[in-house]
Amino acid sequence: MSYIRETIERENENGKKALAVYLTAGYPHKDSFVDLACGAIEAGADIIELGVPFSDPLADGPVIQESSYAALKNGINLHQTLVYAKEIKKRFPNPIILMGYLNPIIKMGVEKFISEARERSVDGLIIPDLPLEEHVKLIDNRFDGIDVTLLTTPTSSKERIGRIDEASQGFIYCVSVVGTTGVRSRFSDDTMANLKRTYEAVKRNKMMIGFGISNGDDVKRFSPFCDGVIVGSAIIKSLQKDKSNKTTFELIANLKSAC
Amino acid sequence: MKYNYPNEEGRFGKYGGKYVPETLMTALYELENAYEKYKNDPEFLSELHELQTDYNNRPTPLTYSDRLTKLYGKAKIYLKREDLAHTGSHKLNNTLGQILLAIRLGKKRIIAETGAGQHGVATATVCAKFGLECVVFMGAVDAQRQRLNVFRMHMLGAKVVEVQSGSKTLKDATNEAIRDWVANVNDTHYIIGSVMGPHPYPMMVRDFQSIIGIETKEQILRKENKLPDYIVACVGGGSNAMGIFYPFIEDESVKLIGVEAGGYGIDTNMHSATLTLGEEGILHGMSTYLLQDENGQVADVHSISAGLDYPGVGPEHSLLKDLKRAEYKAVTDDEALKATKTLSEYEGILPALESAHAVAYLEYLMPATKKDEIVIVNISGRGDKDLNTIMNKFGIE
Repeated sequence: MSYIRETIERENENGKKALAVYLTAGYPHKDSFVDLACGAIEAGADIIELGVPFSDPLADGPVIQESSYAALKNGINLHQTLVYAKEIKKRFPNPIILMGYLNPIIKMGVEKFISEARERSVDGLIIPDLPLEEHVKLIDNRFDGIDVTLLTTPTSSKERIGRIDEASQGFIYCVSVVGTTGVRSRFSDDTMANLKRTYEAVKRNKMMIGFGISNGDDVKRFSPFCDGVIVGSAIIKSLQKDKSNKTTFELIANLKSAC
Repeated sequence: MKYNYPNEEGRFGKYGGKYVPETLMTALYELENAYEKYKNDPEFLSELHELQTDYNNRPTPLTYSDRLTKLYGKAKIYLKREDLAHTGSHKLNNTLGQILLAIRLGKKRIIAETGAGQHGVATATVCAKFGLECVVFMGAVDAQRQRLNVFRMHMLGAKVVEVQSGSKTLKDATNEAIRDWVANVNDTHYIIGSVMGPHPYPMMVRDFQSIIGIETKEQILRKENKLPDYIVACVGGGSNAMGIFYPFIEDESVKLIGVEAGGYGIDTNMHSATLTLGEEGILHGMSTYLLQDENGQVADVHSISAGLDYPGVGPEHSLLKDLKRAEYKAVTDDEALKATKTLSEYEGILPALESAHAVAYLEYLMPATKKDEIVIVNISGRGDKDLNTIMNKFGIE
């Protein structure tokens, strides 16, 4: 059974939703990044999603774009992201998911990437520019032991959600809104109706909601329609001006207590 | 050879595909279905034909270049005159087709990316003609060097968003257009300007642009009663080249040559010679040759011509390269500038800096040709938009 799924189920059995915290690898600082990720876990993150910096992050809004460019300037690449994963895993058992665009993986070589990811105890992989159709061709069974999670969006038909549910591993990443990553000030009735619709359509997998979630109120509103939440841009935004990480850890603690 | 690409999944051999966020998949299927439905629909085709004829000034001439032919003293040189199409380049061939599809899909808002501004102008033009809202994304660097076209787009009622991220050129404008489409996919159609992006764009744009090659074939058979020996076209994303190559692919005696931007030289890292020096990669929804570093980060590229300043290339060109059906060469900024002057002085035609790359390759090609052979160069656009750049380069105030 998937370790990521076990983690989500364990939280659910305790009457809680799972919390995944997104961090861009090597942002804001290269040397203290592992401490930051471990601090996030201590503050309440059940799962760490490690963003692999990429020159052209076309599914991301301005906040994560900026962090990606900054991390690239810090010299962070896919290899260094894998090194971080292993160092975090040495200190905490929590699942680590890599979130990255396809090209750096192709460039490293899929086989080499898989073996390095396994060796460094990566548990899962989310590739925003790899939709169902291409996923089926790339993945085969080669990623055995690493969950490759697919996304649904408000534009995915019920029939498509069914097929995504069949193919996705670990969980389903339900994108809450039409658009790129980033904090939203409000969520419409349509958004809520779509989350309900998607949660009902997902039969096989646990479902986590991401995109636009920034505080405990958002988490409470989404809770009835998911098994967990993913918070990214709000964390990165907090890190931009948080020298000691204290405010960010408080934010994570607040998010977890709302789960 | 029988040539039948892409396959049903939008693959040109191993290239192409649909590498986009899930949000766009439904819109891509919708577009693909609409295109399949209308591409043979008599009403759609007759509306498009009328626009191509009465609005876009087609067919464009195939001009025999007497003095250029004499200059080299070898094969006869003909020029396909896309510079004489409405808006001054081949770009309207595609935007006319796509706007008719967008209207049939019920879309109210059109977005586009642009490098040199020619595709932006062509998109703003069809939006003006059909009364649709238009937003064009353009890298801030490109907006500076092609500011005449920015002004033209404003005149046509379009909003121009200057993109400040990354290298501030065509690649970044495309990222931003894709992000906008992800956010507004329900009411917005994205008119991609080249044979790139996710399926069905590379196929669809090629088909709309293949009018160039279809006309060229008729015209050369009428004038010379035989097929040409060489066709030369510049390649950035590759739409003018694909448009003129495509109807000749099965005519194996016709050598197809794509000319990329060699920038400061392909031994520097300041060029955009994707097919010459790139490796297989994935960007902007497609698998294709890509200029990238050892970590798979997309390279910063350079060309004096904003329209060729792009690290990727349409996936069908990647296939044609691997099949060795087309050859891809690079010429430098300076060679392109020199060719701009040569064509102006010898033929009275001021080509766009993009098209001048194709003209510049004649220096390499012509010595190897024979007198009874025919070379056709695609003049994909006119050079008025580049006068600022050229003036700066030649030091004229």
